Amino acid sequence: MQAKKILVVDDDPYILMSLEFLMKKSGYNVMIARNGTEALASIKTHQPDLILLDIMMPDVDGYSICKHVKSKKDLKHIHVIFLSAKTKESDIKKGLECGASLYIPKPFSTRDLMKQVNELMA
Amino acid sequence: MNKLLIIICSVAYLSLLFLIAYLVEQQRKSKSKFLDKSWIYALSLAVYCTAWTFYGSVGRAVTNGPEFLTIYLGPSVMCALFIPVLRKLIIICKTQRINTIADLISNRYGKNYTLGILVTLFCIVGVLPYIAIQLKAIATSLHIITGVPKGISPASWSNDTLVIAGILSVFIIIFGTRSADASERHEGLVATIAFESIIKLIAFLALGFTTCYVLFNGFAAISSEAQLKGFTRFFTLHDGLENNDWLAMIFVSGLATIFLPRQFQVAVVENTDVRHLHKATWLFPLYLLLINIFVLPVAMGGQLLLGNQVSVDAYVLALPLRTGHPLLGLLVYIGGFSAASGMIIVETIALSTMVSNNLILPLGILKNLAAGGDEKATIRSIIFSRRASIVIILLLACLYDKWIATSSSLVSIGLISMAAVAQFAPAVIGGLYLKWLTRKGAITAITLGFFVWFITIVVPSIITAGYMDHSILDQGFFGISWLRPTGLFGVQRMGVLAHGVFWSMIANIGSLFVISLLTHPSRQEEYQSELFVHIDQYIGVTGGPGMWKLSARMESVSGLLANFIGRERAANLLGAYAQRHKILLDKEEADPRIIDFSEKILTGVIGSASARVLISNIAQEEEISISEVMNIVKESQQVLELNKELKKKSAELSRAKQQLTDVNERLMKSDVLKDEFLYTVTHELRTPLTSIRALSEILYDNPDMEEEQRQFYLEAIVKEIERLSHLITQVLNLERYESGRQKLNYAAVELGGLIAEVIASLQPLAQEKRISLAFTDPNFMTLQQCDRDLIRQVIYNLVSNAIKFVPEDTGCITVTCRMVEDELQVWVEDNGKGIPAELRELVFDKFFQAKNQTIQKPVGSGLGLAICKRIVEMHGGRIFVDGLSPQGAKFVFTFPSN
Repeated sequence: MQAKKILVVDDDPYILMSLEFLMKKSGYNVMIARNGTEALASIKTHQPDLILLDIMMPDVDGYSICKHVKSKKDLKHIHVIFLSAKTKESDIKKGLECGASLYIPKPFSTRDLMKQVNELMA
Repeated sequence: MNKLLIIICSVAYLSLLFLIAYLVEQQRKSKSKFLDKSWIYALSLAVYCTAWTFYGSVGRAVTNGPEFLTIYLGPSVMCALFIPVLRKLIIICKTQRINTIADLISNRYGKNYTLGILVTLFCIVGVLPYIAIQLKAIATSLHIITGVPKGISPASWSNDTLVIAGILSVFIIIFGTRSADASERHEGLVATIAFESIIKLIAFLALGFTTCYVLFNGFAAISSEAQLKGFTRFFTLHDGLENNDWLAMIFVSGLATIFLPRQFQVAVVENTDVRHLHKATWLFPLYLLLINIFVLPVAMGGQLLLGNQVSVDAYVLALPLRTGHPLLGLLVYIGGFSAASGMIIVETIALSTMVSNNLILPLGILKNLAAGGDEKATIRSIIFSRRASIVIILLLACLYDKWIATSSSLVSIGLISMAAVAQFAPAVIGGLYLKWLTRKGAITAITLGFFVWFITIVVPSIITAGYMDHSILDQGFFGISWLRPTGLFGVQRMGVLAHGVFWSMIANIGSLFVISLLTHPSRQEEYQSELFVHIDQYIGVTGGPGMWKLSARMESVSGLLANFIGRERAANLLGAYAQRHKILLDKEEADPRIIDFSEKILTGVIGSASARVLISNIAQEEEISISEVMNIVKESQQVLELNKELKKKSAELSRAKQQLTDVNERLMKSDVLKDEFLYTVTHELRTPLTSIRALSEILYDNPDMEEEQRQFYLEAIVKEIERLSHLITQVLNLERYESGRQKLNYAAVELGGLIAEVIASLQPLAQEKRISLAFTDPNFMTLQQCDRDLIRQVIYNLVSNAIKFVPEDTGCITVTCRMVEDELQVWVEDNGKGIPAELRELVFDKFFQAKNQTIQKPVGSGLGLAICKRIVEMHGGRIFVDGLSPQGAKFVFTFPSN
């Protein structure tokens, strides 16, 4: 079976770096994007199975990317997990309403995150 | 001069008066305001200056020296003293719709007919001769200027007087009796009076000027010539102290400014605004001064040039005519005509209202009028009775002139009139301030005062004129020596006038007080005295005392009113009043206030006493004592006050509520801001925390990592921890500055040294990027009062920001100090990308980070500039981005001048 593709989107280089390390270690095929524009391009070309998505980004915010994915017939199946420092109730609600599978507030536990990702990709 | 020309001029002048009166009436209807009414009011008061002033002052100066001035001194003094009295009179007459002095006195003492009739009769007796001499003055001046008709002396009777009286009566009837309601103001008429005041002043000034500077070489020349010829009486008070007449003249002339019917008319009845009094207090005395300023030179000039060729009263007119100035003569004639006609017009209107309301209407006509259904006929009858009064008065004046006219000069008749009307003063002024004065007291006082006036002042002048036995003067009435008309009770060494005024006032005031103390006022009198004395308390309260006891059917009240002022006007007035006081008109029983109001309207038309009689015919009176009335008044005042208090309280409440709302809003706003700030701070904290946690967990879970990668991860953790602690410090600092808890530690700081120090500490960072960092004024020695540590932080933040944003290798940063108009400025300039205009203010906001910066890792906490701004502002300075240069960013902060 081919390895599942995961797209990691975050504007913080250290977070990006650690997530990339974690996903690779669990055997996933990892792509990274440092902002919304890169993320959209990567989604189009690579058609990932899961997107780990930050919300506050300088160009396009995470909500819009998620909505875009969920509105396209051929992208609908892609799972989205929000990873965000926005921790208000309303932010979380909004994220889930966009069609995300999970909304994990930062700072998160890497072990928990991996558990959730693995379950989702099983 | 050509008689035809003079007649044409006179008629033209009269037509001009007509035109002015007409135009002003029109203007009043259109409510435009091109005339200042306060000026008109003050000038109309100068109707005081009659032909007596115009022709007589010079005559009096020739015979008696500067004594003539007392007649003008009195009014000037009284003008100031009488302001409160006049103010009160105007308010009372306005609110009670009183329009003659007779009605005023009758109203004050219980709306009594007897008093009204008495005052009217005395006014006629006292003032008619005064009108007569004005008519004579016009006729005489006409004769002088046209040349005397053959066979008669200039001062004797001629039919011309009758013609003049006829023409004037037409004018008065047209502009003085337009409506039945005499309390309606005659603004057109008053404007012509003011205009005449100007004309007579101009005429006299022109004459005086010509005499001084054309006929002679200035005032000094005239007086020295007069002195040379021995005319010393111009320079001394005649008879010295022995004659007290001058004191009496000041006294009666002062009272006359209010109590002469014409003065009462212009000063009280025709007043449209109490505030106009202010201007009158200085303008009227000034007018008197101006019109008298040339009297002495003209008198001396006349004496020198004309001598005894003409009568002294004719000097004014003869002087320009005999010295070849016919045009000036014409102007003087017109001025004299103004002076006389103004007096005649106003005096006649005032007298005719009195005669009509107090003598003609009560004679049975009133009852018929009130009963008669034809309202137009009623109004016509009232106007007719007033017009008839005008004609009768002027006719009587003519007859007086023809049959009784004495050899008295102009002034003496004027003084006699003034002394007569002075008899009203105690009853009026006392009535305004003393509640206990009664009707019987007033009747006795006025009657007795007039009797003494007649005996002591009129009789001697009749005797002098030769109409009575001279022996009375020497031996007294009935041969009793202490009844001598000029020496009652053996009083000697007093002038006739002083003697008469003294005794008449003693009799008048004495009987007023004594009889008032001995008699009891009627209920009606009590109401009126309460109203007069405490008028200020009744201004805000509808109605006056005494109105609560009235009850009448609405139908009969409005019917009565319609009879006298017309159905339409009655409906309008009642409707407006009812609306203003929220009274229902469609009830069968009339509201007491409506009855009271109707009575006041009737007072304006037919006088207080008649109005009272008519109202009591249709209204039932309930017994109610003055103390009950006082209670009602008090209650209604308390309600008013309570109302005021309530209004004040409610205003205070709503103010307090507004303040609360404001505070609440501010609190909420600052709450929202605080929440936002906290949220942003935690968000900013979460990001490095996330990295730190993730990286350390990875290190912990993967002990078998390569050494190089482990090092890299550890380094990242350390950097993120540094970022975190820097952020926390900044947040805490900012919070401290903003809360105001940070106290500035002021010291004299050598700014140049401080900047050099900061730059030195940042130099390694600059060298790392291979950029140039320079301070251009290392020798800047100015000492600045500031907190050294905080200012250091500002400079550090600005310069380190600049280092972050300039390109590597080519970067260039300069720091300069400048003095611009007392303001010390520190500039930090770089050659980076610069800041777009729209962001120049936003950069100082908390957590503002330039958009293009977040693609990479943010280089700052986003709080540095916000902190700088706060610190600079705490020092009283400004911080801003200079927008003039397009190249690079230029940050400037300033210190206010020490």
